[in-house]
Amino acid sequence: MPGLEDLYREIVLDHYRNPRNRGELPCPPARRAEGFNPLCGDEVVVYTDLADGMVRDVRFGGQGCSISQSTASMMSVAVKGRSLEEVEKLERSFKAMMSIVTDGGEVAPPADLGDLEALRGVVKFPVRIKCATLCWNTLTESLRS
Amino acid sequence: MSDLAAATKADFPLLSRDVYGKPIVYLDSAATSQKPQAVLDAMDGYYRTVNANVHRGAYHIADIATQAMEEARAKLQHFVGAASPREIIFCRNATEAVNLVAHSWGRTNLREGDAVLLTHMEHHANIVPWHMLAAELDIELRWLPLDNDGRLDLRNLDRLLDGVRLVAFSAMSNVLGTIPPIRRIADAAHERGAVVLLDGAQYVPHVPTDVTELGCDFLAFSGHKMCGPTGIGVLWGREELLEAMPPFMGGGEMILNVTTEGFLPNELPWKFEAGTPAIAEVVGLGAAVDYLSGIGMEAVRRHDTSLTAYALRTLTERHGERLTIHGPAEPAARGGVLSFEYGDVHAHDISQVLDEWAVCVRAGHHCAKPLMRCLGVVATARASVYIYNDTSDIDELSEALDRVGDLFGPQ
Ligand SMILES: Cc1ncc(COP(=O)(O)O)c(C=O)c1O
Repeated sequence: MPGLEDLYREIVLDHYRNPRNRGELPCPPARRAEGFNPLCGDEVVVYTDLADGMVRDVRFGGQGCSISQSTASMMSVAVKGRSLEEVEKLERSFKAMMSIVTDGGEVAPPADLGDLEALRGVVKFPVRIKCATLCWNTLTESLRS
Repeated sequence: MSDLAAATKADFPLLSRDVYGKPIVYLDSAATSQKPQAVLDAMDGYYRTVNANVHRGAYHIADIATQAMEEARAKLQHFVGAASPREIIFCRNATEAVNLVAHSWGRTNLREGDAVLLTHMEHHANIVPWHMLAAELDIELRWLPLDNDGRLDLRNLDRLLDGVRLVAFSAMSNVLGTIPPIRRIADAAHERGAVVLLDGAQYVPHVPTDVTELGCDFLAFSGHKMCGPTGIGVLWGREELLEAMPPFMGGGEMILNVTTEGFLPNELPWKFEAGTPAIAEVVGLGAAVDYLSGIGMEAVRRHDTSLTAYALRTLTERHGERLTIHGPAEPAARGGVLSFEYGDVHAHDISQVLDEWAVCVRAGHHCAKPLMRCLGVVATARASVYIYNDTSDIDELSEALDRVGDLFGPQ
């Protein structure tokens, strides 16, 4: 049986208690997207400010469980200042870590996930995977909008 | 209080299992109840010795299958105090029962500009079918609000009833446990010529039910929350209303005659039961009704109420300010459904930690998003009790909540 310590790692709880990049960005120029997890009612809003194919700034808001909120915080740190290509690579590696196969089943290219590595244990709690991927899907939507 | 659980717990095989090596503490009966051995045996016995399709076989076991189904219908008739078995329509669940009323009664009786009155504490099953109908017919949906104690605020009932053709509301909230003054609302609705649909999904399993005393015109409920199997539910309706309604779904069983030109619908109740019914589930639900009647629904209600009072008292004593329990403070005004918040810990995290202690509670919006919005939350954790729970289950919950505090509390 997976233990709670696999899920609630210290870094995860730290991002939950002290979220980074929480807030809003003026739209436009920033883009805004909302995501919902119909299962548990979690809501996340992601703001992205793009310039020259780079994520110049990112903010997130919303309400949700420790996993969805801490993932959003860690994700914001990981993608800030990255190119769209790098962001896509991060997303694919993160989802691979959640055992979600993206785009035709190719193995995700390795990427340095930084703090996000601490979420590796989520995969042992299948119902929580959606909590961890919600902000990534919302980020993608905001980048595409 | 614990006497009932002491007598019934052993009847429920699932409750003897472990979770992660600890005895299971099942506090999610508002989502679905556990099933007693008698129900499992009835369904198993049906498949082993009776199984045949109903209503048209002229051979022995087909005849027994048909009888078994119609005997179960009679049990349900008596369980809710219906005047005739023709008023008991088997459907899949409470959701389908509400949809049946929306499609069949709603489409026939509602016109553009008519209003349907709902409440802020409804389950999505009693909201979405009306949204769908409103989009189709251009009818208006109105909402009875709640007060701060989680009770329906009836101060503007008269005004809200103006132009209303149907009042559809829950007889017991699946989030707050609130039992509204059903008769009072039904009488006020009838005075205005409106029809009353009660969502009895939570009420019927827990409170003695008599449709005449309740004063409703339709009552929807699910078998799986009252010790019966999944896949079977009931719509009770007053016979003259059901008679005047067109069929819901078309197919076998629901016809008297079919030609290339058209069809003649069957009599009640089969008019509303298209296709091969869930025969084994009907039999299982009949056994569940026997089981509950054997205990006595007054005893069920007494047990729920005293256990709820115990939970409200002990949880509040132990956890103080950190714990907020929604819904009426007075146990007599509610069922054994306790939605709560614990500090600012998200419901999902609460239930995850409780799971480690084999305590099963639900977390989320409980299919009542408009109510979540009224409460100003996105989700709650919810513990709910039934006949097999006792004070030790509440104590386990209480203790496990301390672990939530340890993990997520102020550092
Ligand atoms: C008050 C209420 N209404 C309706 C339903 C829907 O029941 P079912 O999903 O069995 O159709 C439920 C079940 O959760 C409920 O609690």
